Formats: sequence, structure tokens, C-alpha cells
Amino acid sequence: MSNLVSALDKATDSSGIAVIEEMGLQGMITLRGDLSAESVKIASTSVTGVEMPAQNMANHAGASGICWMSTDELLILCPYDGVADTLAKMHKLLGDTHSLAVDVSDARACLRVSGPNAREVMAKLAPVDLAPEGFSVGMFRRTRLAQVAAAFWIVDAQTFQIVCFRSNAQYVFDVLNVAAQSGSEVGFFK
Amino acid sequence: MSTRLATGGRLLNKSKALNFSFNGTTLKGFEGDTLASALLANDQVLMGRSFKYHRPRGVVASGAEEPNGLVNLGEGGKFEPNQRVTTTELFDGLKAKSQNHWPSLEFDVGAVNAKLSRFMPAGFYYKMFIHPRSFWKHVYEPIIRHAAGLGAAPKDRDADTYEHFYAFCDVLIVGGGIAGLQAAKAAGATGAKVILVEQTAHLGGRAPVDGGMVKGQSVADFITATVADLEAMDNVTVRTRMMGSGVYDHGYVLGYERLTDHAPEMTGPRHRLWRIRAAQTITATGAIERPLSFAGNDIPGVMLASAVRDYAVNFGVSSGDRTVVVTNNDDAYRTAIALKHAGLDVPAILDARPAGTDSDLMTQAKALGIRIMMGHGIATVKGGKRVTGVEVCAQAGEGAVLEEIVCDAVAMSGGWSPVVHLWSHCGGKLTWDDTQASFRPDPNRPPLGDRGQAFVRAAGSANGETTLNAVLSDATACGAAAAKAAGFKSKAAKAPTADEPTERAMIPVWLMPQGAGYKLRSKTWLDYQNDVKVSDVQLAAQEGFTSVEHAKRYTTLGMATDQGKLSNINGLAILSDALNQPIPQTGTTTFRPPYTPISMGSIGGEARGDVFQPIRRTPMYDWHEANGADWEPVGQWRRPYAYVRDGETVHDAVMRETKNTRENLGLLDASTLGKLIVKGPDAGKFLDMMYTNMMSTLKVGKCRYGLMCSENGFLIDDGVVARVSEDKFLCHTTTGGAETIHGHMEEWLQTEWWDWDVYVANVTEQYAQVAVVGPNARKALEALGGMDLSAEALGFMEWADGTLGGFDVRAYRISFSGELSYEIAVPASQGQAFWDALVKVGADLGAMPYGTECLHILRAEKGFIMIGDETDGTVIPQDLGLHWAISKKKDDFLGKRAQQREHMVSDERWKLVGLETVDGSTLPDGAYAVGEGTNANGQRNMIGRVTSSYHSPNLDRGIAMGLVLHGPSRMGEVITFPGTDGKDYQAKIVNAVFYDPEGEKQNV
Repeated sequence: MSNLVSALDKATDSSGIAVIEEMGLQGMITLRGDLSAESVKIASTSVTGVEMPAQNMANHAGASGICWMSTDELLILCPYDGVADTLAKMHKLLGDTHSLAVDVSDARACLRVSGPNAREVMAKLAPVDLAPEGFSVGMFRRTRLAQVAAAFWIVDAQTFQIVCFRSNAQYVFDVLNVAAQSGSEVGFFK
Repeated sequence: MSTRLATGGRLLNKSKALNFSFNGTTLKGFEGDTLASALLANDQVLMGRSFKYHRPRGVVASGAEEPNGLVNLGEGGKFEPNQRVTTTELFDGLKAKSQNHWPSLEFDVGAVNAKLSRFMPAGFYYKMFIHPRSFWKHVYEPIIRHAAGLGAAPKDRDADTYEHFYAFCDVLIVGGGIAGLQAAKAAGATGAKVILVEQTAHLGGRAPVDGGMVKGQSVADFITATVADLEAMDNVTVRTRMMGSGVYDHGYVLGYERLTDHAPEMTGPRHRLWRIRAAQTITATGAIERPLSFAGNDIPGVMLASAVRDYAVNFGVSSGDRTVVVTNNDDAYRTAIALKHAGLDVPAILDARPAGTDSDLMTQAKALGIRIMMGHGIATVKGGKRVTGVEVCAQAGEGAVLEEIVCDAVAMSGGWSPVVHLWSHCGGKLTWDDTQASFRPDPNRPPLGDRGQAFVRAAGSANGETTLNAVLSDATACGAAAAKAAGFKSKAAKAPTADEPTERAMIPVWLMPQGAGYKLRSKTWLDYQNDVKVSDVQLAAQEGFTSVEHAKRYTTLGMATDQGKLSNINGLAILSDALNQPIPQTGTTTFRPPYTPISMGSIGGEARGDVFQPIRRTPMYDWHEANGADWEPVGQWRRPYAYVRDGETVHDAVMRETKNTRENLGLLDASTLGKLIVKGPDAGKFLDMMYTNMMSTLKVGKCRYGLMCSENGFLIDDGVVARVSEDKFLCHTTTGGAETIHGHMEEWLQTEWWDWDVYVANVTEQYAQVAVVGPNARKALEALGGMDLSAEALGFMEWADGTLGGFDVRAYRISFSGELSYEIAVPASQGQAFWDALVKVGADLGAMPYGTECLHILRAEKGFIMIGDETDGTVIPQDLGLHWAISKKKDDFLGKRAQQREHMVSDERWKLVGLETVDGSTLPDGAYAVGEGTNANGQRNMIGRVTSSYHSPNLDRGIAMGLVLHGPSRMGEVITFPGTDGKDYQAKIVNAVFYDPEGEKQNV
């Protein structure tokens, strides 16, 4: 539908030491269930085409992926316009298995922080070891950015992708820009 | 006079002169100067006035421990009080003003306090201000406020920005002196990730000033080589201008980095607060020289011997032409030697120790022709705003003057105290070292981590070592041990060896002369900043303040901004002497972070201005903003309180919206209401426990209003539950309750009913939800078209999925207003588009958006309760007449048993009623009703209170709800609510449903 608008309508700001972008709409499904159950694994992997991630990890392939959220929760990523189909497939594969799969695409916003200083900008807001040896591609964290909940992973060496609540999108965008203010390079990560 | 020397100044760039001003006078300094060295170079020895007596104060130290040299720094948005001149790096255009003087630094009226000092002893404030009471307001408070205090409070908004930074490492080293550098090298060699932080701009600490040879090279060259080695290690990070300010549990350490204080023209944040997690922390924080306690030791020009040496060597500044050195140890001889080498006069070294064999340093001093007077000390220092001479006496005597020496500076040394602050912050214990007469870290009682492991180690001077060799070998071992404790294999690290002069042992000197009488003791300062003298501490002991913590608070010793870095040990030695007990028995006061004051801005970090706190926005936020929303914070959400049009007051807007919704059509952004999906075979059973009503019997497609109580029976939330399918419910919560009720459900599922098959998900933000309310509600939705919303197709308290105007929607027919009302949920990303569509079709139907205050009035007109208004954590559903919503069929629900308690079933509980003022006015919200008589405290008895009160435009009168004693059985009675405006409000007890009691309007 043409009237679909993501939280910040793809706002972008590159005035500081990193580029901050709102990424537009991303399909997201919360799946709660026993992660060791075969049907839960199949429902997750077959719709995304990636392997089940280990604890604190995420696997991605383009707009699709599986993020480990907790011992009984996954975040399934898929293209936004494919959410209904994906959910239907998952429900079919889950069958009678006790589980909850629900569309949360519109409850969240996705942002990216990119550039050579992306790690430092993130490390100003998240209490996470973001040194290259401490946080690398494939890892996933549910944590906070300044005062709000957020989750993130690394897309490539210079790009972080963030998921936050939609209502907090403007705050996260603004606080990332504050953290990326000119002249605020830290020079800690080598 | 103090002046700039022709030679010396290893930290200066003499090719770059800088202008700065002090009290409006322009002065010159060099790049590399501190404000302290630049002021001394301009003969500005007098820098401020003391807190209590307004005594003249000059700089006494050269580092972070400085108690005296405090200034108001900067102007406007860059203004900051109490800045230490010793840690302020000079920059071009720096503006400083001295503090706590009136009318001027040179002539201070408040100095009369000093003349009265014998009438203002320890505990003066406590004793004086007890009686008479009225004096406090009219005499003491105004005068003391004017006379006491240090810097001025900033008036303008801080112009700078600040930030935090999270870092993780294996070994954190606090202190970039020779010990810290050596420890970093040893730890770094194991491959451990090392961060070293140094509070000043320079690495190496005071070793280059004190001299010596290491591995056959000068100590300065050795430091340069070590720094180069560290720079070559990828796993080692070295940061200067960064203080390790506090050590906390679990290896958490705060680092306070000052980025632009030395160069305000730089862009970027001013301070960065590093929040570091370190497996192991090494405190290589050095030692602080102690003053000696003799009469007049606070007169400007009396300085620590090490500071006098620092100013000469580091900054090429003489503190005076003729400097008398007074000491109880060998280290001060280095100062005398350095001054001689700089071409300055040292008339005498007064050494309190008895005559004996000469050490290397004593021999050197003698060879330079310096007169050494063993067994001597200072009876009193002459001078007012500046030292003019000293009267010499025997240390062993009572202060009989043997001779007077003319001088303009005194360099004193009472020995060295290891900086044990960071070691102590998290519980590291101290042990008394008799040889050095100081407390040092007890390696057997370190701060312990989660597994009982030591996580802080002290190295070098901070660990009580005093010689270059001992410092280097201690630091090497400490660095390797810390890395090993962090899980790295330590290679056999070999400490470099140093050549250094022999030193003769110090002897403790706590009072000079030993038998000083009261007259001398009352002029002998311990705490310069807070004006505490030897006589004050002795008085405190005499008056029974025998605990060091009590004596500290009684005398204010160590309570100033320097936290007693110079005064504590001397003070507790005096206290111990007065109590006739050894110093370790007296103990120390508690060391608490931060080590020196850190800026409030750095603590706040990025949280200021627009991002001071998160503001949650609904998908229609921008539309509300553009259409006159007067915002109301609801938790972190912002909701429109009302949409104010041109020429309207907020009240006007609320009245208009309330009338229009009843008469035409109102649109409310209800997106913030919590929406929790509860799914699973046991979902019905679970909701029966969560809610007071029966939810498991709800039919698919139907809605039911439910109440939620805590296990103590008190109402915590309410909302409409819709059954989506056999095993799936959608529970609406209040706006503020979404996260807490989600957590509440998870807690019960995870801890109590872990074997029930239920999952909960919070989908609050997945939907934009719009309440379409009023007589024209159905018409508006039908104009959008797409689904049957007739009374037959969608009855009251039913829901249906469908489309409206091309949007996929879920329509709930529910009402919080008593009007014909629908709540329509659409995906959040279409929220604005759907709102626009409604506004468009509503234009011909009298549609107006309405805010939260209108919502409140509409529900109050109907007697509907609001969580947070009618409830306050002490109210149970029965108080509110909600018995109909409490199932009697269920065996159990959260709160059921609590509601059977004696107090909960008492007839004396206040119950909900409507209140109607006799004259139609509006009752003050929160007002209490008074009954007959008074209680045990002589207060009027209370019989009820207002929980909600509004002016109803539809009834054109004030309406209110309240909890009243025996309320429901007192219908028609008039009770009195005294207002805070002095008026008594008379209100009649009525039914709480004021409007459309039959409910005809919503059932159409």
C-alpha cells in the first residue's frame, strides 16, 4: 500500500562522524516457543533460509534472518511485504506445537549507523564490549541505547543495524546523532 | 617574589606565549603552564580566601590534591567554580577570578572572622545556631550565607556537551607515572588488553623531577623509551588527561576524560566519562606529600617541598627568592638542591630529625653550601598575605625562638602518604607502615570480586614503595600478576634496576615544635580549605568526638572539595595523640569516589536538551503537533491534552472537544493503550488468575472489561480483553501499564505457573488505534466503507476484522465515554493515513480530534473509574463499587485472598460516590472532606477525598468523584471540603453516573 510510512520515513543524517539512517520497513515476526523443538526450528529456518543461531547470535541473508532474543524467543526477519505469507507458512509448520508467532514489523523501527566510527558511536550508548575482537559479524545483542531498549548486530565491518521500538525511533535517531557529533572521535578501537 | 626563571621548564613551550586574565588583569604565560605556574610566574601568590576565616590563601601543591588554589573559571555558559589552578592547563584567553572574598581579594572584610577565630572553634556552627530559634532566619542564615562558601554557582546553561563511553579490558592501570608505565609494559607483554589512564597531560609522573638513573639512562629517557614501547603494542591503550575517578563492584571503573578543557576552541564534547569493565585494576596513583603542622603554615608562600621543586623544574618558576626548607625526611633535600641549581637562595634546611650520619642527599646539599640545622623546626611563620620570614626553634622544645630567618617562601615536607583512594573505594583495607608513618594498601585484604578474587592491586608509590628500585620492581611484578589473574600467561618479567642516592629514614613529626602551646596550635592549620586547626581537632577529642568519623564531621576536617587529601593523615595523627592511642587504632575516614570532583555534565552524558529523556511518539504525533496539541506526558509518551485553536485557551479547547464529542464526533489517538497477546492452551486459565473477572468463558469475537489486582488485592490495571481465537486473547492495558503488566504476567508465568502453556507478547506499538466516538461515529466509518458496522452486525462489546476505506482493520465496539464508539486498530505504519481518511470523511460530520482531558471528562460524566485517579495503590475494586466485575465462581485469582482480609471487608473503608457542588462550582482535585471532631494529633477528622473533579460542559456544572466514609449509604448528604484557597466547598453525595444513566447513547 502506498500509504505505508516507517517511523521516520527513511530519515538520514550524515553531519557527524557517522551516518545515521532510518531503514524503512522491515518484516519482523516474534516467535516464542521451545527453541529445541523440531517444528520451531523448521518453521524458523525454512522461511528464512538461514540456520538457527546460537545464544546471542543472529544469522542473516539479505532482508531475512533469525535473531536469538532469549531462551524461548526468536526474532524472524523477512521482507515487509512477505510477512503475512511467512506467518501463514510458519503457523502451518508449527502445527500443534505450543508457540506464539506474531507480526511486530510495525511495532519496531530499524536504523543503521555506518562509517569508520560506527563502533565508537555505538559504544557511547550501549554497555557492550564493541571492540572488533569482542563484537563481530554474526553476533547479536539485546541491550539498551542510552535510555531505551534496543537490539543490534553488525552488517559489515563499518555498519550496525539497530532494532528499537517504533515510538522510540526519533529518540534513538537523535541520540545517535548526539553521539556522532563532530569532533567526538574516541580512537579507542584499533 | 615568585617569578619565571631563565632556565628550567621542561613542560613549557617557551616559543608560544599565552595571554590570560586573573581578576581582570591580563597576564602572560606559556603553552604547557598550569594556571598555578602561570600565576606564580607573575608573582600572583595570593589566589583566594579560605572558607570560614577568609584567610589569605596561596597555592600549596602542584597537583590534584591542591586545597587552596581554587578559582571561578570562564564566563557565561563556560563558567565553572572551584577549579583547581594546579590542574587547569593554561590556554590563550583563559579568564579566572578568585573566590570567597568581599569586596576584593587584597582587602577582604570577612577576614575579620580570623580575628574572631578564638570565638569560632570546632563545632562553632553546631553550638551557635541552636538558640535562639528566631536568630536563624534573621541573623545567622543571611550572614553565614554571605560569608561562607567558595565558588559562585553558574547562572547560564552549560554551553558544552558531554558523553559516555563503554570500554572493556583485561587490565586497567590508573596512573601514568613510572610505576603505571612499567606495570602496563609488564601486563601488555602477556598479550592482555591494557588501558592506562593518566590524569595529567604528561606521562612519567614526578620521576623526571626527582631524578635518578634507570638502566644506565636518565629516568626521563627511560620513560620516553617505555612510552614508545607501549605505543608499539596494539593491545595497550594509553590515555592522558583522564582520571580514574572511582572503582566500583564487579571491576567497574569510571574514567573522567577532559577533552577540551585545555583547548576550548576544539569541537566535540568537553568531557567523556568512560565506563570501564576491567578484569583487574592496578592503582598506580602515586603518593601525596604531607604538610608539616607549625604555626602560620597557611600563609601564602608556604608550600609543599615537592611542589616548589615541580614549579622550578617543570615550569621554570621560582616560588620565592629565598626558600627555607623544613622537613622530617630526605626527599625535601631534593628541593633545596634543585633550587640551588636554579640559582636561588636556600638560607637553611630545618630538619626536625636529630643529628646523625649524613645520607647522600644530605652530603650533596652540604656540598652546595646549604646550612643544615638538624633537630630544628619552625616556631612560626612571619607574614600576612605573603611569607616574610620564619622563626626557628628546636623541634624538641615548646617553640622558644632561636633565630629569625628572612625568606619569602617555605618548602615543607612531612613525608609521603600513598594515594590509597582507589584501592579503598571498593573495600581494600589499609595497614599502618611505621617506617614511612603512613597507611598503605594491605595486600592481604584487597577488594574482592564475584568469586572472592582480588580485583584491585596497588603498584609503586601507591603501594607504599619509596625508592625508584622498589617502585620499578613492585610495578613490574604487579603488572604481570594482574595479567595472570586476568587469564594471561605471564612471562618472567624482569624489573629494570636504578641508581639512586641513599636516604636516611624519616621520623614522624605531627606537630612542630613537639611541645607547641595553645597559642601556636591555634595558628597551626590542618585543613586549609575548611579552616581546621590543630586546636580544633584537639577540642573535638576533648569534647568526646573520639571516632574519627565523628571528629571529621564535628570539625569539618577533610570535608571540603579536596576531601582532605593533605589534611587527613595529619588530622588523625593529632586526634590519635589527643586520645592517647596509636594511629592505626584511630583509623581513617572512608574514601569515597570520585577521587577529585567530576563535572555534573559528564555524569549526565548525552542526556540533555532534546534527548534528556526519551519521548515516545505515536504514528500520528506530527499531525497532533501541527494541529495545536497541548502535550501531556503519560509515562514516556506524549499525548495531546487538547488541540488548541487560535484564540482559545486550553480550557476552552477542552470544553469544545467535550461538547462536540457528545453532540457530533470525536477522534482520539488511543494508540498508546497497551496491547498484550496471550496465547496457549492455558491462556484462559491464566487470565482467570490475572483478572478478577472470568475471562475463560469469553466467546471468540467478544470483549469484556476486566480488572487486575496485585496479590495484595489492590487494583493495578484495567482494560478490555478481546478473545481472538480459542487459545488467543488480546488484553488492553492502560497506557502506563503496558510494560509493567507485561512484566507482571511474565513474572507469574516464569516463577509460579512455569508449567502452564502460555506465551505473552507485547504488541502495543504494532497498531495505531483510533477511538471514533459520538453520535456520528457509525456514519463516519460507513462513509469509509468496507465492513458492516450496524448494531446487529457488531454489537456492543464485540469486535470484528475487516476493511475500512481500504485499510485492513480490527474494529472493537467498546466505549469509555458512554457514546456510540468504536476503536479501530490499523498497522502502525498506516496510522497516519487512516487518521487522515477519518478526518476527511468526518469533516461533514462535525469531527474534531480530542485529547486526554476531554477523555477524562467524558468518562467522569459516566462514572467510569481511571487507574491512577480513583486508584492509588491502596484501593480495592470493592471500594469502587465494582463488585460486578469480581467473579464469585472462581476458586482463585490474584488478590482474592487478600480482599478477604479483615481490613479489606471493613465497613469503614471509604467508598466511591459522585459529588455535586451545591453551587455548581468545581471541587478542588484531591481535596479532603472533614467530619466532626479531631484526631489524636488535634487535626480535623477526615471522612473522604476527591479523586476526580472536572467542569462538565455537557451538564454545565462541576462534577466529581470521591471516596467517602459510608458514602453509598449517605446519598443526598452535603459534606464540606476545605480548599487550600481558604474557601469551604459544600458538595452533595450523589450517584457517580452523572450523564445518561440508562446508557441509551452507546446502545444505538
